[in-house]
Amino acid sequence: MDIEVIRSYIPLYRDALLLTLRIGWQGVLWAFVIGLVCTLIRQLRIPVLRQLVTVYVELFRNTPLLVQLFFMYFALPKIGIRISAEVCGSLGLGLLGGAYMAETFRSGLDNIAPIQEESALSLGMSYLQAFRYVILPQAVTASMPGIVANVIFLLKETSVFSVISLMDLMFTAKDLIGMYAKTIECLTLLVVFYLIMLLPVSLLGSLLERRMRRAEFGN
Amino acid sequence: MADFSPERVGIVTESTGNEVLRIEHLHKEFEGNVILKDLNLTVRKGEVIVVIGPSGCGKSTLLRCVNALEDIQGGQILLDGRPVHSGAKDITLMRQKIGMVFQSYDLFPHKTIIQNVTLAPCKVQKRPRAEAEQEALELLERVGLADRRDDYPRQLSGGQKQRVAIVRALCMHPEILLLDEITAALDPEMVHEVLDVVLSLARSGSTMLIVTHEMAFARAIADRVLFIDEGEIVEESTDPKEFFTKPETPRAQAFLKTFDYE
Amino acid sequence: MQSLGIDVLFKGTNFLRLLEGLWVAVRISLISVAISIVLGILVGILMTSRNMAVKAIFRVYLEIVRIMPQMVLLFIVYFGTTRVFGWDLEAETAAIIVFVFWGTAEMGDLVRGALISIPKIQYESAAALGMSRGMAFRYVILPQTIRRLIPLSINLITRMIKTTSLVMMIGIVEVLKVGQQIIEANRKVSPNAAFGVFAVIFLMYFLICWPVSRLAVWLEKKWA
Repeated sequence: MDIEVIRSYIPLYRDALLLTLRIGWQGVLWAFVIGLVCTLIRQLRIPVLRQLVTVYVELFRNTPLLVQLFFMYFALPKIGIRISAEVCGSLGLGLLGGAYMAETFRSGLDNIAPIQEESALSLGMSYLQAFRYVILPQAVTASMPGIVANVIFLLKETSVFSVISLMDLMFTAKDLIGMYAKTIECLTLLVVFYLIMLLPVSLLGSLLERRMRRAEFGN
Repeated sequence: MADFSPERVGIVTESTGNEVLRIEHLHKEFEGNVILKDLNLTVRKGEVIVVIGPSGCGKSTLLRCVNALEDIQGGQILLDGRPVHSGAKDITLMRQKIGMVFQSYDLFPHKTIIQNVTLAPCKVQKRPRAEAEQEALELLERVGLADRRDDYPRQLSGGQKQRVAIVRALCMHPEILLLDEITAALDPEMVHEVLDVVLSLARSGSTMLIVTHEMAFARAIADRVLFIDEGEIVEESTDPKEFFTKPETPRAQAFLKTFDYE
Repeated sequence: MQSLGIDVLFKGTNFLRLLEGLWVAVRISLISVAISIVLGILVGILMTSRNMAVKAIFRVYLEIVRIMPQMVLLFIVYFGTTRVFGWDLEAETAAIIVFVFWGTAEMGDLVRGALISIPKIQYESAAALGMSRGMAFRYVILPQTIRRLIPLSINLITRMIKTTSLVMMIGIVEVLKVGQQIIEANRKVSPNAAFGVFAVIFLMYFLICWPVSRLAVWLEKKWA
């Protein structure tokens, strides 16, 4: 292992990490927004839109992100829809994640016994109040492990961004290996930088899950 | 025993005669099955009515209809002369006047005991928190649970949870309380502590519609007993002692016999 | 649809080549799942061990799999081993090694979860009926564990199939790569072929994964 080589590569990896993080978190944000909108449509049982949500969720949960990105980046321009690589990355991740989040939120809501809503209603609460004060807080806690798993999954999935020529960590590693053949140094840095990116999220996620459980239910 | 006089617990009745609840020709179906057919019932202020019957006879559905948790297919339910049904604009207002306690422990698991009791008074009735908390504490004190105010439901026993559920309903100052088999899921030794609370509520003049399987309790508390079977009132008696020793109809006789082991 | 490249797919053996490419991906994932299930059951049983060292090792193993992208693992195994050990690993072998490493962890965790979720009373009532430990395991515990595991393992298959699309990145010619080749070859005659080809590949993946995940949902409901 050549320390000098590693030192000279670090800035390249750092830039790649920043790009990966920026697009990755934008994607996660999209995933939350899309997931929430889908959940809302399902909860309110809006006709037509509801069926569309089901089609969307099944379509994106049952195809690889790589294929989705190929389609968005290489196929859509042929019918006149041109998206920049960065937007394609974050939106693609968001569409994939939105489908997963929608399922996670749904199972969180399904976990709440109907008696909870009924007892809220029997106290004279409106549907909105019952949702806001009784259902939602419990559903968020119940969905937390799934949400954390989704976020980690999505951030991992960023590793395919290089196919749409985004200079992310994989791209950088592959590029450097191709040019200078310093394979070991490049791969070591790759692992280290992914650890920097994901270990804190993983640890924070576990902590958050435990915290919420305690705060919400008193142990 | 605790003081549950109407003034103390806040059960108020507007004086529309002394009739609180009137059910007329109630008809309820679910997926083609008739659950309740042409059921009529009037509940007067201060009256304690106990509904008994075999499981699946529709007695729990009756209570759920009164609180508009179920749609009805015919007839009407009137509280103080005003209709109660799930689509009504004023349904949340009507539900505030109808307290309900369920069989399963339905406390909100993410709220402490005091928060469980004060949530609806604060959010629904917009009462000041301090005042709601003070009343909640007084009521909790009377059921012997004031010291558990900051615990979460999962730290309480089943009987304690049901006592809190009763307090939570009372804190809304309902005109009538619906109790749906509130001891059915409890261990036997906890049944008493809950029924004691209900007994003292009855003595202090609360209006209640109670579904129960505890026959001794029914006999002690009821002003009127309704025996329901297959969706209709089969026998009605204003003399519980008479009813439980010598029911008139064969169906009620057969039902009561299932509680004997001789 | 001429201009969108659907025609290209029906030219010569193009569609057949795409299917062959798809089969490469599916084959890799089926082999990997088969090995993962066997190893995963062993690992899952080991993970219920109370030995602290064993527990710690599997914790680290699971955490690595949890946070390292499969892409990175593919690179390490494919490029790294060649360099460090001088192995001339075939890309497909490297892919199977990585997917088995990942699948075994997932499967192991599922097996562990299924085993510890069987209530103690089940063991006790089997014992109360006079069953030996072996009999209890054979007739009571195992059937329940398997019922819980089968839907989850089926889910693992779809995830595996979706993940194998990554192997194009280490030079395996699978469906996406074939697609690119077809587009490239027809650049002149059908400049918009990318749309038709990638739309069809998208649909192909969906048509493979969707029925399988429906099956998992159906079994889960049936055996719940």
